[in-house]
Amino acid sequence: MGAFYKKEFKSYFTNMTGYIFLGFLLLMTGIFYTAINLKQTHPQFEYVISNISFVFLLTVPILTMRSIAEEKHLKTDQLLYSLPVPVSKIIIAKYLAMVSVFLISVVIMMLYPLILLFFGKVNVVSSYGAIAGFAFLGAALIAIGLFMSSLTESQLISAVISFGTLLVMYLMGALSSIIPTTALASVIGFSVVLLGLGVIVYFMTKDFPVAFICFGVGEFILLLVYFINGAVFEGLFVSFLKFFSVFDRLENFIYGIFDLGAVVYYLSLICVFVFLTVQSVEKKRWS
Amino acid sequence: MIEVKNLTKKYGDNTAVKNLSFTVENGKIYGFLGPNGAGKSTTMNIITGCLAATEGEVLINGHDIFEDPYEAKKCIGYLPELPPLYPEMTPYEYLTFVAEAKSIPYDQVYNEVERVMDATGIIDVRDRLIKNLSKGYKQRVGIAQAMIGSPEIIILDEPTVGLDPIQIIEIRELIKSLGKSHTVILSSHILSEVSAVCDHVMIISGGTLIASDAIDNLGKYLVGSTVMTLIAKGDPDRIKGAAEDIRDVTVKSVSPAAHEAEGVYEFIIESNKDDDIREKIFRKVCETNSVILNMDTKKMGLEEVFLKLTSEEGAEAEEDAPEASSGRKKEKPKKSAVREKDGESDYKPLFGTGNNDENNEKEDK
Repeated sequence: MGAFYKKEFKSYFTNMTGYIFLGFLLLMTGIFYTAINLKQTHPQFEYVISNISFVFLLTVPILTMRSIAEEKHLKTDQLLYSLPVPVSKIIIAKYLAMVSVFLISVVIMMLYPLILLFFGKVNVVSSYGAIAGFAFLGAALIAIGLFMSSLTESQLISAVISFGTLLVMYLMGALSSIIPTTALASVIGFSVVLLGLGVIVYFMTKDFPVAFICFGVGEFILLLVYFINGAVFEGLFVSFLKFFSVFDRLENFIYGIFDLGAVVYYLSLICVFVFLTVQSVEKKRWS
Repeated sequence: MIEVKNLTKKYGDNTAVKNLSFTVENGKIYGFLGPNGAGKSTTMNIITGCLAATEGEVLINGHDIFEDPYEAKKCIGYLPELPPLYPEMTPYEYLTFVAEAKSIPYDQVYNEVERVMDATGIIDVRDRLIKNLSKGYKQRVGIAQAMIGSPEIIILDEPTVGLDPIQIIEIRELIKSLGKSHTVILSSHILSEVSAVCDHVMIISGGTLIASDAIDNLGKYLVGSTVMTLIAKGDPDRIKGAAEDIRDVTVKSVSPAAHEAEGVYEFIIESNKDDDIREKIFRKVCETNSVILNMDTKKMGLEEVFLKLTSEEGAEAEEDAPEASSGRKKEKPKKSAVREKDGESDYKPLFGTGNNDENNEKEDK
């Protein structure tokens, strides 16, 4: 596993991606730091963190787009399959290498609050809490990008779908507020989600009856629950959507709360998406 | 030792490999031969664990590649069709990475990488980026990668494709030297390559094994057939009759010779025996008061037999039905026997040009 980690980590600095990722992230940090902390003389670095989280929309796809798509493109995945190493270890090594590149920027960010100490009183602990939240958010988004990269052979497509997914997650908080909270609206919303899952099942198995049965059973249960007790659906779809608002969970960290719930949420996201990536890569063998 | 049992691989409705079984013994160079799309790469990918089989099993030194993949993969070095190289690395970095990934002890990595670089002759380019290397060098880096850790079995998928003649000779020498200490399986659609390098040949067509034998035995069967082009002036029927008086000789075709005077004919004559038939033909044809203008013999090569075997397989599948000439009837049980007994050294597989020719003869008549 060490060999894969070393190779991956190095590869981000033998081509441009590592530099672009770090450079862009730190540039934006620098701009907001200058504007908020230095020009407007706010002592809280947390505000900078809250303002730069949107940068992930662009930088995470840049970092993750090549991780697996490029292996498929160069056919080097055959080497990985033929080595006596489990695929899961290779994927974890790849993931950790990307997180390590990201952590370089986090370590540099940790210097900013210290600089402010020269000018007066700063709550360094609260700033570091916000930076930790930022690090967890980034790590979770990288796991999502890693999964997107395993779906395709093309770096470009991988970058575009990662960007699209992250954008929807970024806007999820705002989107969910315009959706009606009635029970019927929830049922319709869940039906659309089920339909989407059915389509995904169809594309993974190429078996129409199986996909249709999956959709049908889900829909049946949904309607059954709705007619027995419709009240449980009140506002359920909105909370369901809010569950995916990955970015909004950074808020507590910004206000100086170290939100363990959010940490668990981010860690679970990481586990789920790394697991899905392993499955997606293993699946290619069975095609 | 590799044991492949009843291997089948389907891509959707398309069957790439059908019920393939064979055994690979230690210490030999095996050649996998077949036209494009015959299932060579698919088979190799399954043996090395890069692909999962639809049915059947693969045992590598007793380890099942699906049940116990890590032990099995330790015994194998694999060079896929496209060398799996990272263009942004140098050969030295790349091979070090592979050595570490194959869990070679830390203090031996350097020596191991030096050893394979030396064996494949890439010391000179060790610090150049792989993307700047020529195709021949890339191929060598790929082979070096497969050699790392001295696995017992080295599998090379079309190792000489796209190389220039000098590089091809060098790679072949390298494979031969590998064969001294490893079991090597290589695939190719180039027959001369297989006959130059391998000890044992397996011919695959349409996903099934149609022949498997030691290269020496193969040679013996192949030499059996001679094709002669005869140009003679005289009565074509009499000449044909005279030639066919000789045992084991058939006249395949008679036609007026091109660019020759009236009354000059071209005969394609085939002999099933290895004997030199020129003298006999000369005497027989002279008896008919004809004049021989030109005589040209050609040994039946590996190419012809290969083409015959692979195309016959297709034709046979179409005609598999009830009608069967006596020749075919005789032949079929033997063929299935080949499939059952694959890999055993004592069987006589049907490389029999004799039987094939018998067929042709009957069809012609």
